[in-house]
Amino acid sequence: MLHAVIAAATEEAAPNPLIPEIYDIIWSAVCFVVILFFFWKFALPKMQKLLDDRAEAIEGNIAKADDAQRKAEAALEQYTAQLVGARAEAGQIRDQARTDGQRIVAEHKEQASAEANRIAATAKTQIEAERQAAVVSLRSEVGTLAIDLASGVIGESLTDDAKASAIVDRFLAELEATELEATSNASTASTAGKN
Amino acid sequence: MLYSVVNPPPFVDARAELTAPKQEKALLETAVNLLVPSATGDGEFHGPSINEFFPDVIFFADTPFEINRIILIRFLSVAVLMLVFWLGTRRMKVIPTRMQSIAEMGLDFVRVNIAEDLLGKKDGRRFLPLLTTIFFMVLFMNVTGIIPFLNIAGTSVIGVPLLLGVISYGTFIYAGVKKSPAKFFRNSLFPPGVPPALYIIVTPIEFISTFLVRPVTLTLRLMMNMIVGHLLLVLFFSATHFFFFTADGGFKLFGAGTLVFGFAFTLFEVLIAVLQAYIFALLTAVYIQLALAEEH
Repeated sequence: MLHAVIAAATEEAAPNPLIPEIYDIIWSAVCFVVILFFFWKFALPKMQKLLDDRAEAIEGNIAKADDAQRKAEAALEQYTAQLVGARAEAGQIRDQARTDGQRIVAEHKEQASAEANRIAATAKTQIEAERQAAVVSLRSEVGTLAIDLASGVIGESLTDDAKASAIVDRFLAELEATELEATSNASTASTAGKN
Repeated sequence: MLYSVVNPPPFVDARAELTAPKQEKALLETAVNLLVPSATGDGEFHGPSINEFFPDVIFFADTPFEINRIILIRFLSVAVLMLVFWLGTRRMKVIPTRMQSIAEMGLDFVRVNIAEDLLGKKDGRRFLPLLTTIFFMVLFMNVTGIIPFLNIAGTSVIGVPLLLGVISYGTFIYAGVKKSPAKFFRNSLFPPGVPPALYIIVTPIEFISTFLVRPVTLTLRLMMNMIVGHLLLVLFFSATHFFFFTADGGFKLFGAGTLVFGFAFTLFEVLIAVLQAYIFALLTAVYIQLALAEEH
């Protein structure tokens, strides 16, 4: 049908499209070589360089970021170390204060007890001295009294009851008076001993 | 005369039969070819023919350096390609400009999705110039097929597809032989894991598929896609022209249909252009990878 129509118009033999012409191959090769040369020597090296540059830029940024992070970490570490040091120091100071306080308290306690002991000892000594003085004075007083009493008894007539009781009363009054005198003497002596 | 219709090879005929509806049969006789109008201007419809791929010689006639329209279109493709990538890679910066982004995107596509994906970083870099060249040469020459006033793909004549097919073939053999000749041929012809007796069958099959079929399929796949795409577009648009300006009455409506189809296939051709470039570069990378692989 169509074939017949087309065939009718045939005026010359059709070239076979599968058989290459010399000029066709030659110019194809020229085109190919030109393009290959262009890509190989110009476009692709530039492209490769660009890719390298880009990779480098990215790597550079990454390295920079790494560096910054490392620095930050170092700083943090330093601060942490400082903080730990400060804490340790504070602890040390606290401990020191505690020991010092304890020591001071102990010292004061010791001082106080020593003082108390000393005071007690002094008081005891004083009391002893007073007692000794009292004993001594009492002894001499009693002797005197006994002699006085005896001489009184002997000197007066003891038959009169009223007289006798008057003698006893007088004796007792004298006794009381001497006793008072002895006490005042003793207290004077103790004051002198204290000083 | 040169544009006149002749015996097309079977595939052209089959496609013409396939795409020409019955109603058109009679109309064809009086149709006009839009893209390659006949010299007589007699208002007859000339279907697209294979002669369109062999236009008049413009320069250096009768020498091995003849230049015709298609060769000029190829030169233009090369010039545009180099201009785009020259502008894009002239002053590359870490933070790209708009033009640089486009060039980078293109180059990265080949580098990442084809070369490094299949061959790895090291071998990918070795073969990157070749793969990039193949991809963009095919792409830019394919695209001329749908650019107004060019209207034919630079790859639709066998020269470029054949040359690239042979280069791809040579490259994967070179890659395999350079790595280890013995291993390459043993893996290619005597695939491991096959019982020895079966090598009688397997080896010839492997030989044909690896060393004969690969370059042929690379070449023909690209060329035929471009030829057929061109013929389809010519058919649609010449039919549209015919319906609009020559056909009578109701037949003019058919023109709208063929125009829509022509437009749709133009868009489709964009896809084909990119896809074929991708396939060509990808298969080249796959062949190199197979040649470099330790075991299949």
